[in-house]
Amino acid sequence: MSPPNEAVAREDAQFRGVPTDDVLIDLKDLKMHFPVTEGVFIQSVIAHVKAVDGISFKIMKGETLGLVGESGCGKTTTGRCILKLEDPTSGEIIFHGQDLMNLDDKEMVEVRKKIQVIFQDPFSSLNPRMKIGEIIAEPMRVHNIVPDEEARNNRVVELLNTCGLKANFADRYPHEMSGGQRQRVGIARALAMNPEFIICDEAVSALDVSIQAQVVNLLEDLREEFGLTYLFISHDLSVVRHISHRVAVMYLGHMVELAECDELFDNPLHPYTRALLEAVPIPDPDLENGRAHQIIKGEIPSPINPPSGCVFHPRCPSAHDGCKKEFPEFREVKPGHWVACTEV
Amino acid sequence: MTPPSETAAAEIEVEADFEELAEKKPWYIRTIEMARQQPLAASGFVIIIIMLLMAIFADLLTFFPSEDNDLEYMLAEPGTIHSDLELTFLLGADQFGRDLLTRIVYGARTALFVGFTCAIIGSTLGLILGVASAYFGGWFDLVVQRVVDVVMAFPLIILALAVVATLGPGTQNVIIAITIPFIPQCARVVRSNALAIREIPYVDAARALGFSNARIIMRHMVPNVMAPYLIMLTSFLGQAILLEASLSYLGMGVQEPTPAWGLMLQGGAEEFAESAPWVAIWPGVAISLAVFAFNLFGDGVRDTLDPKLRSR
Repeated sequence: MSPPNEAVAREDAQFRGVPTDDVLIDLKDLKMHFPVTEGVFIQSVIAHVKAVDGISFKIMKGETLGLVGESGCGKTTTGRCILKLEDPTSGEIIFHGQDLMNLDDKEMVEVRKKIQVIFQDPFSSLNPRMKIGEIIAEPMRVHNIVPDEEARNNRVVELLNTCGLKANFADRYPHEMSGGQRQRVGIARALAMNPEFIICDEAVSALDVSIQAQVVNLLEDLREEFGLTYLFISHDLSVVRHISHRVAVMYLGHMVELAECDELFDNPLHPYTRALLEAVPIPDPDLENGRAHQIIKGEIPSPINPPSGCVFHPRCPSAHDGCKKEFPEFREVKPGHWVACTEV
Repeated sequence: MTPPSETAAAEIEVEADFEELAEKKPWYIRTIEMARQQPLAASGFVIIIIMLLMAIFADLLTFFPSEDNDLEYMLAEPGTIHSDLELTFLLGADQFGRDLLTRIVYGARTALFVGFTCAIIGSTLGLILGVASAYFGGWFDLVVQRVVDVVMAFPLIILALAVVATLGPGTQNVIIAITIPFIPQCARVVRSNALAIREIPYVDAARALGFSNARIIMRHMVPNVMAPYLIMLTSFLGQAILLEASLSYLGMGVQEPTPAWGLMLQGGAEEFAESAPWVAIWPGVAISLAVFAFNLFGDGVRDTLDPKLRSR
């Protein structure tokens, strides 16, 4: 198997599987506000959906950063902004010292080779009119990564094998495969570009549990083998705990907590994180009954008109008047443990 | 390299078994099965094939000259025997003594040529315009859709007449005149389908892979809107034939002496409707049959490709 690139090909034991201190991607105050428009000919913007409202975090080379939060909190939008599938309103996305916000389409093509994505739904992320072999070979042909056709076909087989699929799958159409197999094809397609960074947007959420475990293990193996970095977006906390080095929690477009994986799960500081973790059921009825549940009240507010101050204050059990006025700073309360709450 | 896990290997084996079970049937059996499911479409298809053969082998099928006048046999009744050529006017002769059957067979050439050319060009241009409009969105979409609205506001025949009036009559101009109103019709239908496809993750995946807009449109979106495209194309075939006949009848289309069904209805047919009805009847039957056949076939295509519409 040829290494994805020379930098990660180093047979450095420290490098394998262990995150480094090199910052791969640095998000600074990223905002994605979608305009809500009215009118047919002359469109006027009447409001903004603040899907992502000023989040900042760094992803280190070789690490898996889990990004969790409930539906509509902006985690997928964050991923799409990094991929430049959306055009962020403001902020900086620094990848290898380049701010992706300032790149034009041509320069972005070079970056796209290094950042790839695995989508949630394996049924709609593959073009139904193309054979698996074509799907995987197309990026290599278009970007001249493997110009020779025979070498390219060999590479397709290699990638299929890497992802646990037989070579004869190259001649199939996506509808002839199961969900798990398709998701493996999606992974193989992402690997075809020799990426450094892969955004897994709910990559295992649509699969059933036994297949989930296989795909998660595959992703972990690939990360170790090719020195990949993942942004693992998910709402499934147990999967995130299994795969991530660090975990970030989002709520209504804001980052509320970021810490080492075990630290976050064992010692959650933000009231929202605590509520989120308490909502995870324990598969033991006795333990489950004995748990002190703190269920947060109310619905997630509309991102068009988010609450003033701390966006979580209307639902927060420990909110006070000060929370309504100012959004708490996202600060480091312990080494490596960041929280956006004044009460911590 | 990561070895495939055992479960995955087992899964692959199961898939292989399924493949052996689903053996492909030979093409003629599948054709018969399809004809049984859609008898109307199949009969339409048979008529289309007959017309195509007529058009292609017109020289071999007919013995009368198709364009020469023979005033001695003006308005000859069906069954009249031509004494010099020793041939029978099976369907009679027109006001210039030309054999009607010969002209109908040759007319199929004109009708099908115009029909296929207009339908294919019109729907293909509409396909590309519609997909591009959906893909780019924004002001491009807005402008394209308003132009489409304007063109679609005119009835087909009026717009075609306007184009012919500008360009002048003749087969080539008729094709242009009929094609232009087809483009926005197809673009509108294709756009609505493409809008849905644009939101499907494989298009996002293609963008994330850094593919060019042209590649995403042509390779990833166009193949997935083939169903509405083919439905529009087949429905345009019948419409184009009817439009060509209408324009020719109005004297704005194909010009004498080229044999064309619409043209045969013009002039003599009106004048001699009572004394020599065959002059009008047979070209009329040819037009009706052709349009009917294409519409039946088009409905069959729609039912097969778009099962959602089937119950209607």
